[in-house]
Amino acid sequence: MSNVSATAAPERLGLLRVLGPGHVWALGVGIVLVGEYMGWNFSVGKGGMIAGLVACWVAGLLYTCVAMIDSEVTSTVAAAGGQYAQAKHIVGPLMAFNVGLFLVMAYTMLEAANAITIGFLLDTVAGMLGHTGLNQQPFIIMTILALAYLNYRGVLASLSFNLVITAFAFVAIILLFLAVQFGASAVPLDFSAVSNEPLPYGWLGIVAALHFGLWYYLGIEGTCQAAEEVRSPARSLPFGTMAGIMTLVIAATLTWYVCSGLIPWEYLGQAGTPLFDAARVTGSSSLMVLLFIGTVFATTASANGCINDASRAWFSMGRDRYLPSWFGAVHPRYRTPYRSIVFLIPIALIFALGAPLDQVVTFSILSGLLGYTFMTFNMVMFRKKWPLGTIKRGYVHPWHPLPAFVLLVLCAATYFAVFLGYGTQLIAMLCFYILASLWFHFWRYRFVKRGDQFTMPWPRPQGY
Amino acid sequence: MDIWNYLEIAAWVISAIIAGIMLLDMIKVDTTYDNELLTSSREGELELTQERHEL
Repeated sequence: MSNVSATAAPERLGLLRVLGPGHVWALGVGIVLVGEYMGWNFSVGKGGMIAGLVACWVAGLLYTCVAMIDSEVTSTVAAAGGQYAQAKHIVGPLMAFNVGLFLVMAYTMLEAANAITIGFLLDTVAGMLGHTGLNQQPFIIMTILALAYLNYRGVLASLSFNLVITAFAFVAIILLFLAVQFGASAVPLDFSAVSNEPLPYGWLGIVAALHFGLWYYLGIEGTCQAAEEVRSPARSLPFGTMAGIMTLVIAATLTWYVCSGLIPWEYLGQAGTPLFDAARVTGSSSLMVLLFIGTVFATTASANGCINDASRAWFSMGRDRYLPSWFGAVHPRYRTPYRSIVFLIPIALIFALGAPLDQVVTFSILSGLLGYTFMTFNMVMFRKKWPLGTIKRGYVHPWHPLPAFVLLVLCAATYFAVFLGYGTQLIAMLCFYILASLWFHFWRYRFVKRGDQFTMPWPRPQGY
Repeated sequence: MDIWNYLEIAAWVISAIIAGIMLLDMIKVDTTYDNELLTSSREGELELTQERHEL
């Protein structure tokens, strides 16, 4: 810092615009790809192999709608905070506050879940090498702090790192598929359960499987958070997001195919690391090492992207005074929202060290699901207030309002699926957001500079 | 004491160092620069200067 003086700094500090479409892809896919390495397989446990595949593709359809809708709105509302900024401009302040909280909670809890997973993976490796009783805490804390520091030092290094490790994790899945397909596995693919036990728990099993089908894609909407740091938001954001969802649909389908063919569905439905377990079943040491590294990289990339996204959402709310304006600070040298990054570290640590993994992930999924529900009527209102031809859009998604309608129906089905397994958490989460909304409405909103928060130079909306 | 015990200690030490570096830098920045400057970021400046939403 010694070579940077206060007088040399520019008059106004902002986030650095240094990212390209590859970084956007790395942010979105990086957050999500861990879902292929673990978690999705509980859908198989809920309803069998067919239910797992249906959940994979139905959730894929849900997230394709999310990606299309997000690409259109974000290419127009190109601001840090992503869906929070969209809600602020299109719906209103209370919705924006809630969406901001959904984002921060979803990403911070996902970050905590990833850190827990890294601790679990190291414990597994230590156990395989003969060491029992590994203390996971220092590794969980180190993971969160090291990635937070990377984010603190600059977005370009942080997301370039994500690009490399995410690409590695994706290529590892492709290589496993090719190796198994071309006979490198000691155990042949076996899909006899598809005909023998197609739906062991009936049609309700398919609905129940939807809850965990979200894991394949949960977080792809995080690409929007990079809006204020990409060089060309109107081009890079739709390109990175749509390329990201295509990557994930391919990765999800290959993952289901390889794991379901190699591992009996009763075991697969409870496995902690299904892709790594599939590699172990092949009997190839090279594939085992490859998929272990892929699992660690996917988990690290997810935690890294989550820190990036949660801090941008928190920063944006601070900048608009929805939270104390202290959080809206930008580092004068690294140009990152450094106070938000540091503030969210202890919150992630509390969840990572003090809450069970399934609860943390369920709260993350629920917050994400609330955000997807918002997107449906946000999209309808956006097209109604600013129809095509009134403002410049970087991307126009086809068949409106069909994607919004499909998304709403799939969200409703997923709420039902979550209620079947985690009804108490669903109600607790809704109570939390209602209380937070009351606090915002009756206390916090008085501090918001109401005229300053609407920054887009758009024409007056239709009907106003 | 085996390699994993040493790795645990190393993880604690690395965590403490990283936390210390971040906190010290944050304190240094907060005491060196005016808060008005640090919180001067504004949303939508790109749109105002480069990407006017006009057809």
